[in-house]
Order: sequence, then C-alpha cells, then structure tokens
Amino acid sequence: MARVVYPKVVTANHLLEGDVIYMTASGEWSRKHEDAQLYEDKNEAEAALKIAKGQAHMLAGPYLADAQIGENGKPEPVHFREAFRTRGPSNYPNHGKQAEV
Amino acid sequence: MYNYNQFDHDFVRNRVKEFRGQVERRLDGSLTEDEFKPLRLMNGLYLQLHAYMLRVAIPYGTLNSRQMNQLAMISEKWDKGYGHFTTRQNIQYNWPKLKDTPDILDALADVEMHAIQTSGNCVRNVTADHFAGAAADEIEDPRPTAELLRQWSMDHPEFQFLPRKFKIAMTGSPNDRAVTKAHDIGIRMVRNDKNEPGYEILIGGGLGRTPMIGKVVREFLPKENLLPYVEAILQVYNLNGRRDNKYKARIKILVHETGIDTLRGWIEEVFKTQKAHHQAPPAEMIEAIEAQFQPPEFDTAKVDEDKLSKIISADPLLRSFVETNVSEHFDSNHSIVTISLKPIGGTPGDATAEQMRIMAGLAEAYGYDELRVSHEQNIILPHVRRDDLPEIYKVLKEAGLATANVGLLSDMIACPGMDYCALATARSIPVAQELLNAFEDLKVQQDIGPLKIKISGCINACGHHHVGHIGILGLDKAGVESYQITLGGDGTETATIGERAGPGFSYEEIVPAVSRIIDRYMDIRESGDDTFLDVYRRVGADVFKDALYPEEAASA
Amino acid sequence: MSIIVRDSGFEIDTWESDGGLFIDLEKYGQDVAEREPTKTAIDIPNDVTVESLKGLFESAAMIRIPFPSFADGRGFSLAKQLRQQGYAGRLRAVGHIIADQYGFTRVCGFDEVEIDDEMAKRQPEDQWIARIPKQELSYQKLLMGERSLRNI
Repeated sequence: MARVVYPKVVTANHLLEGDVIYMTASGEWSRKHEDAQLYEDKNEAEAALKIAKGQAHMLAGPYLADAQIGENGKPEPVHFREAFRTRGPSNYPNHGKQAEV
Repeated sequence: MYNYNQFDHDFVRNRVKEFRGQVERRLDGSLTEDEFKPLRLMNGLYLQLHAYMLRVAIPYGTLNSRQMNQLAMISEKWDKGYGHFTTRQNIQYNWPKLKDTPDILDALADVEMHAIQTSGNCVRNVTADHFAGAAADEIEDPRPTAELLRQWSMDHPEFQFLPRKFKIAMTGSPNDRAVTKAHDIGIRMVRNDKNEPGYEILIGGGLGRTPMIGKVVREFLPKENLLPYVEAILQVYNLNGRRDNKYKARIKILVHETGIDTLRGWIEEVFKTQKAHHQAPPAEMIEAIEAQFQPPEFDTAKVDEDKLSKIISADPLLRSFVETNVSEHFDSNHSIVTISLKPIGGTPGDATAEQMRIMAGLAEAYGYDELRVSHEQNIILPHVRRDDLPEIYKVLKEAGLATANVGLLSDMIACPGMDYCALATARSIPVAQELLNAFEDLKVQQDIGPLKIKISGCINACGHHHVGHIGILGLDKAGVESYQITLGGDGTETATIGERAGPGFSYEEIVPAVSRIIDRYMDIRESGDDTFLDVYRRVGADVFKDALYPEEAASA
Repeated sequence: MSIIVRDSGFEIDTWESDGGLFIDLEKYGQDVAEREPTKTAIDIPNDVTVESLKGLFESAAMIRIPFPSFADGRGFSLAKQLRQQGYAGRLRAVGHIIADQYGFTRVCGFDEVEIDDEMAKRQPEDQWIARIPKQELSYQKLLMGERSLRNI
C-alpha cells in the first residue's frame, strides 16, 4: 500500500510560554492550527522549516507535521498526536487551547 | 525528616542562581536549544506536548506539611491549581512557563526542596519504600542511606552526562514495596552472619523497551563502602555503557551484553581504586543524617481497641476504608494510612491544591507532620494513632480523598500518556478513567481482590506496565491508538516481567478486553483468597488468552 | 584558531607555535627518539582504557581527551582515572564542551579546556570563569574528600 503524502505545516513550541504554535503564510506565528500555512510542495515546506530553525530565540523544537484541508476549508491535523496538540489534555477539558474554543 | 543544614541551603540556592543564568543565556543566544535542553532537564524542566512540565523531587517520597502546603501554593501561583504525583515519588506541574521556573525553584528552596536531577542522563531522585520508618516488617529504615546517596549524586562532576538516565531505589523490608528489582541499582538493607549492617546490591533492572529484572552484583557490601562502590558502578557504566543507541544505553543492556560476572569483576577492580582515593564519609555527618530519621516521639497512651472497633463496625464505609487503606505500623497504637489519589473518574495521581492542603493539615494534626508519596501514586500518612482513624476518614471523605481502593483494581498506575507527554504514542489517562468507570462499584472490586493494573502510553514504560498483574501498553499503530496487554507481571520481591498476551486492541476495545480477563479469573478462581496473580501463576497465560481472543480460541 | 580556557581566563593556544606536537595514540610508539618529551602531547580517543595506556602516559607532557559532543561524558571518567593512576602532566579537554561543564572538567582533573572561536564568541570568558568549581559547594568533597586530583 502506497503511503499517502500529506501537505505540511510548520509547528513548534513557544520558547517562553511553551505553548504550541504554527507558522502562518506571512511567516508570523499563531497559536491556532487553522491559521497555519499549508505547504503542498516539499521544498517550500523545507524552506519554511529552515526559517523557523533560525528563530531559536523565540521557539523550540520546530518540525513539519502532516496536515490537510478540513471541511471548513482550513488546515487540520492528520495524526491524532497533532490533533491533541491543537486541543489540550483530554482529562481536563478546561485546560490548554480547548478552553478557549 | 531530613532538615537542610546551611550547606544544603547554600547548595540549592546556588543551583537556582545557576539555572536563572542558564535561562538568560538561552534567551541571549549563549546556549543553543540543544545545549540548554539537558541543562533544563537536570533542573526538572521538560518541554511537553502543550507546555513545559516541571518535575519536583520528593527525595525517597518523604515530605512534611509545610512542604506539601508550598506545593499547593506553587500549583496555584504558577500552574493550574493541581499537581500530578508520579511513580518515582515526584510531583509534576503541567503548565509552568520557562520565565517563571527560576522563581518556582526559589519557592521550593524556601521549604528545603528542589528539582535537581529529576531528569537528564544523570543519577535521578533516589526512591525508597513509602512505608520506611513505619512498616511493621522493616529491618532497617533505608532513608538515611537514600539521603546519603541523594547528597552524593547532587551535581556529581563525573556523572552528569551518562549514556542514559540512572535510577536508584532502596528498601529496608523483605517485602519490596519500592520495585528495587526494576531499577538501574536496587539496594536492600541486609545483615551478614555476624549481624553487621550492610547492603545487597542489584544492578541492571529496568522496564522500557527491553524489560529486565536486576541481578545481584554484590551479596553483602559493608555500610561504609557504599559510596566508593556506587561510584565504581557508575564509572564502569559511564565508560562502557552504549552511546550509539538510546534504547540500548541503560546499564541493563551493558549487564546483558557483558554478563554480570565479567561486569562484577570490572566493578570490583574500580572499587579498589575508588576506596583507596576516597575517604569514608565523616562519622558525624552520617550520625547527623541518621538522627533526623529517628521515629517521632509517639503518643504512648494505649488505644482502646474495643471502643475503636465498635466505631468502625458501625459505619460500613469506614470499615471498608480501614480494611483497604490502613496498614500495620510497628507501633501497635499506630497505623499507616494510604490516601488514594484514584477516585472514580479522576486522573490517577492528581491532587488539587485544596486536597494537598487538606492532606498537609491531617499530617500536622494527626500524623506527626509527616507525609509520603508512594510509587503507586498515592499519599501516605505513615504514623497516625489508631483512635484518630475515624476522624481522619471523615476529613478525607469530605475532600473526596477517602476512596477505599488501595491495592484493588482501581488503584492503578497510569503515566500521563499522550494527554501531556511529548514521547507518548497513545493516551493512558482516559483508558484508566474508563476502567475506573467500568468497575466503579467498590464491592465488585473488593470481590475481585488484589489486582494491579498498570498503564503506559509508550514503550518507555513509565506506567510500569511490565510489572502490572495486567499491564497495558499504548502504541501508535499506523496512526491509530493500539493497546497491548501483558499478563502476570509483578513488581515486588517476587518480581516478574509480564508476558505479552497477543495482538493489540483499539481504544474502544481495550476496556472490554480487560473485563474479559477479569471475568475469566472470577470464573476459575477457587475462592475469594485465590488472587489473580496466584491463579495466573497456577493456570498459565493460555486460559486468559482464550478469553481475550475468543474468535481464535473457537477456531483453534 | 583554538582558545584555551583556564581558571585565569582565555588564552590563545600556543602549544604548537611553541614547537609542541600532538601525536595520535596509535602513532605515539613510533619515532619516540626523535621527539622531545616536554614538547609531546598524546591525543587519546575517549573509548580507551587507562590500563592500556600504562607505560605511555607517564612520559607525555600533555594528554588531550576529546569531547565529540558535550553530552558524551566519557572524558570526565577517563580524566579521573588518569589522575587516580598517577598521571601528573598537563591534561586538556578538547571539543564540544560548554561553559556550564567547566567546573566538572576541573574537578575531574583537567587543567584546561580547548574550544574553537565560535564557542569562545558565543560563550565568552566570563561565562567560563563563573563556573570555576566552588569547592565549598561540593557534596562529593564534603562526603568523600578527593585525594588524588590536583590543582583545585
């Protein structure tokens, strides 16, 4: 079975806050997955990751995560781990990003 | 209780100052993230899935009410009003900010606590029997030795960059409540044939990807030789442990690949040198440490057991609590109370700030100001007068802390799993919660009897699943959570690694699968005293595998 | 260019410009007669046993132990063993060592640390000086003493 290749988003944790962040189209960082820039092209994704790696003064551990366009037309995670990162812990629904939704 | 002397105070304050400087140097670019990471880990600070996590050491699980109250204060001031007690007798905060961490560490130092070496490839928090100094079956209190090892390991210049983390556990009782056989070094207090005190030393135990039971490297080590001997083990490990593969870097793999007898020879050789080059710790220092672990001055007034037993039998819930959560103390007027942090629907090991304060208050009012954290993620009041049990129960009940399930099915261990942990491959906590819901009737649990369920959310096995009677390991199978069951594990003096039952179960299937195992056990046991582990050892795994995989059993 | 860190601060490395040689361990036994012992340093890998160096290290003016990564702590134990086995010459750590480790290198018996320019720039002298070991804050010294290590 051929492995599906998904588009990517650039994600990291904010250095001071620790919060999950995503790189937007303008190269800024957002705390919301739906604001993330989705890269269909592998080279573009790698180039964006390189920019993120150059911002070590404000973030930690940047990487590319699989994502796809969801029903609302905005990027959403593919893997359940990434889905948890957009929400927070399931044992405390009032903690993490999910508290703000 | 160990109280800091001026040296300890100065050391811990200096360490906080160093860490404050390291945070600043990370921000100004002096330290790269790769360089900063091990430094923050050595000060207990992880970067997890949603946030930083700070792991605070509770050496050998012992603390007083002032410290517990401070842990509550920290959780409210810098976190979300709760903390998670762990299998290594630590407490973890799940939401601290990097910039606040030095202040948190200062607040810990205010009450003689720290987060030093709760992570990193160094000697971790030394753990010990949570009933130490109170248990009726104890030969000798292991905590003075554990404190000595804590001091020895602090900022040890040679052993901060080991091949991998290094965990030491101690027990002073023949009944091993500290899982010493699953640690890098396990230490048992023993006496030789001349009745001299010393230690039996095991090395190479551990769980994780390759679970192993520790092997005896020294049957009897005289007490005064402990530090040079441990120094020798660490030096041999530091130089010879594998550094090419993180999963093969623990000392258990070195023991396995080199052979315990060869390794023993190397260690003995280095031990000779270390002994020659080091002084024994000054006697007055050892005495000063030992003096601080003397039992409190117990109230010797005789407990009116007749009166007590009438009060207890009049209240079925109290009776159930006493039967399940109260253990024998060496002083007959006293008991040991285990406060369960496993309420139905709760997160195993979590306590709110308010609950921490209530437990601290109980320790102060009834418990000679002592508390313990157990590796099973519960809180212990190690010394309480038996006639105070009804009052203690009442206070606990009002705080939602009186669940009478210690040692039963719902007293399970669960690691934070993918709800928090960056390494996790699946969730653990919701599985625990659903099991708790499925077996919420305590009467049913009491009928099932002693049963240890342990859940890990990845191969690193922080939830000790290998030594659970029923172990559950959460994995990521092609992007979906999958749970593997192990059977027949045991973390006590009869330590055994559980056997993998077969293919994994989905998140939806795992609770019914565990139920099938328990149903099968209930069907085949001979009496209420015939425990799950006894039955498993008698009948073997196949009977339970048939229950787990009925379709395969039918087609076989 | 290499910078040498000592308790007195940063220095430019003059070992080679003063006529000193670094000889790999495997070549150390060759051409011994042509070398001046006081100008000879051995480069040892960090996975040798001190046992296997016996008969060699006694004559070296300097031994250099590599740190391929700051996370590889073998050099600390190796240095300590060399000192415990009686090596009294100059002992240098070279490679990826960070200022935060300077105290560990000193307590384990190193005299000095050799870092590259990039590291010296990123972690300037004051960051290293701040980590000169505070022996009054050493649990190991308090508990066990240290009989063999020198200079501290």
